[in-house]
Amino acid sequence: MSASVELRDLTLGYRRHPAVHHVSGQFAPGSLTAIVGPNGAGKTTLLRGIAGTLKPLDGEIVRHHCRRGDIAYLPQQADLDRSFPISVGDTIAMGLWRRTGLFGAFGRDCRERLATALSAVGLEGFAPRPIATLSGGQLQRVLFARLLVQDASLILLDEPFAAIDAKTQSDLIGVIRRWHGDGRTIIAVLHDLETVRAHFPQALLLAREAIAWGPTAEALAPAHLLSARRMSERWVDDAPACERVA
Amino acid sequence: MDALYAALIAPFADYAFMLRALIGTIALSISAAPIGVLLVARRMSLVGDTMSHAILPGVAIGFLIFGFSVTALTAAGFLAGLLVALGAGFASRVTPLKEDAAFASLYLISLSAGVLILSVNGTNIDLLHILFGTVLSLNNTALVLTGLVATATILAFALFYRPILAESFDPGFLRPFGWSSPAYAVFVVLLAINLVGAFHALGTLMAVGLLILPASTARFFADTFDGQVLWAALTASAATLVGLLVSFHFDAPAGPAIILSAGLLHIAAILFGPRDGQIQRLFSHHHLQG
Repeated sequence: MSASVELRDLTLGYRRHPAVHHVSGQFAPGSLTAIVGPNGAGKTTLLRGIAGTLKPLDGEIVRHHCRRGDIAYLPQQADLDRSFPISVGDTIAMGLWRRTGLFGAFGRDCRERLATALSAVGLEGFAPRPIATLSGGQLQRVLFARLLVQDASLILLDEPFAAIDAKTQSDLIGVIRRWHGDGRTIIAVLHDLETVRAHFPQALLLAREAIAWGPTAEALAPAHLLSARRMSERWVDDAPACERVA
Repeated sequence: MDALYAALIAPFADYAFMLRALIGTIALSISAAPIGVLLVARRMSLVGDTMSHAILPGVAIGFLIFGFSVTALTAAGFLAGLLVALGAGFASRVTPLKEDAAFASLYLISLSAGVLILSVNGTNIDLLHILFGTVLSLNNTALVLTGLVATATILAFALFYRPILAESFDPGFLRPFGWSSPAYAVFVVLLAINLVGAFHALGTLMAVGLLILPASTARFFADTFDGQVLWAALTASAATLVGLLVSFHFDAPAGPAIILSAGLLHIAAILFGPRDGQIQRLFSHHHLQG
């Protein structure tokens, strides 16, 4: 059974200020959904909530057929220190945590998985290289290889194609489509609407509140995009408590 | 040959205190290597510095109550170090202070409190011993303690290698598995025990030198974690050997001689290191094909 995620009147935010406001809906089992919206719309916040690293201010997130360790999360590249002295192989091996844990042997099975993942992202023989020597696109391939070995049923991608060239993007989309074929549930934050229309069957248009959520062609209709753009980025210090009830 | 023996070997062969100093500091050099490399890689050098000063008021209070007892001073220093690590984490989370400002403030408070307590209640000799260490008079308890610290560090690193490295590189990654905070806690505890282990030999002012300087040096020789740990351990051991010999032959204080040797090695690495060393850049070799 594939994983699914249900949002029930969900409000997420920081210091009581909502970044995601009263959103309800479901990421269906095995669905491939793009989250689209202007900067500050709460896209990354929503991913953090789903990953379980941010507690809801209100409402709830219910994950079905998916334990906490069964989620693979691709952080934004800016969150990582690229000068850190770690090799490509060790970075990808982090993804095998569920298999090896603290003491489990890193045996032949693990080495094979690592090699398979490296060749799936087109980086054969890169295992011993320090990540400091990689280009932005190569590092993104490495992070995708880490997601591959994690073998998770729910995959969350935060701007997987930011500052990535066309060739790398089309290779990584190939990886995403293979996951989709496996029946995994995938949620990705994206900015390029053409990419979303071409490769993502479902879309959630977010501007703090869910403007539209459904098949991509309907969700990204011009009228919806226009109302998303109207969302102003505001932070009202003395905002009154929200009156809306569940 | 005889001159070489007299210069390099005889001090350690003929004088037990020199041999004890060498054994103690080499044990510290090895166990400090992985901690130092991670401190530098995580940009936490200042945190290490602060914790080593934070030990001072703890040690000072321990000294007031128990006198110059190695065990008591160590326990008190360890507690104070942990307390400050927790306090700085707390201060940077619940106050608008950035982490470096929180740590710098704590460092100043600890140093002044420690010096004040010691000067009012002890002699200047006590203060000097605690600030700069007594590497040439390590007693059995101090030596055993150093050995225990080194052994515990290496065992803990062998056990927790995966989560510690993963947490340092990508803190969010292990959070869903519940291993993010424990890995960080293990790292901070290891940092604290290495600092108190080093303080008997090098004093609270110099203890952090054996962590930071060799680790920064290693960066010019290797670019993976394992390689940097190896180079850090080697340079730290070399610095202690050179420092002890210099102190023996020229009648110089041993702790500062050791740290200064580590510092000179670091400057040499900046100039001559095979990876990004300044001299190597001058002689630009023809670029490669691919």
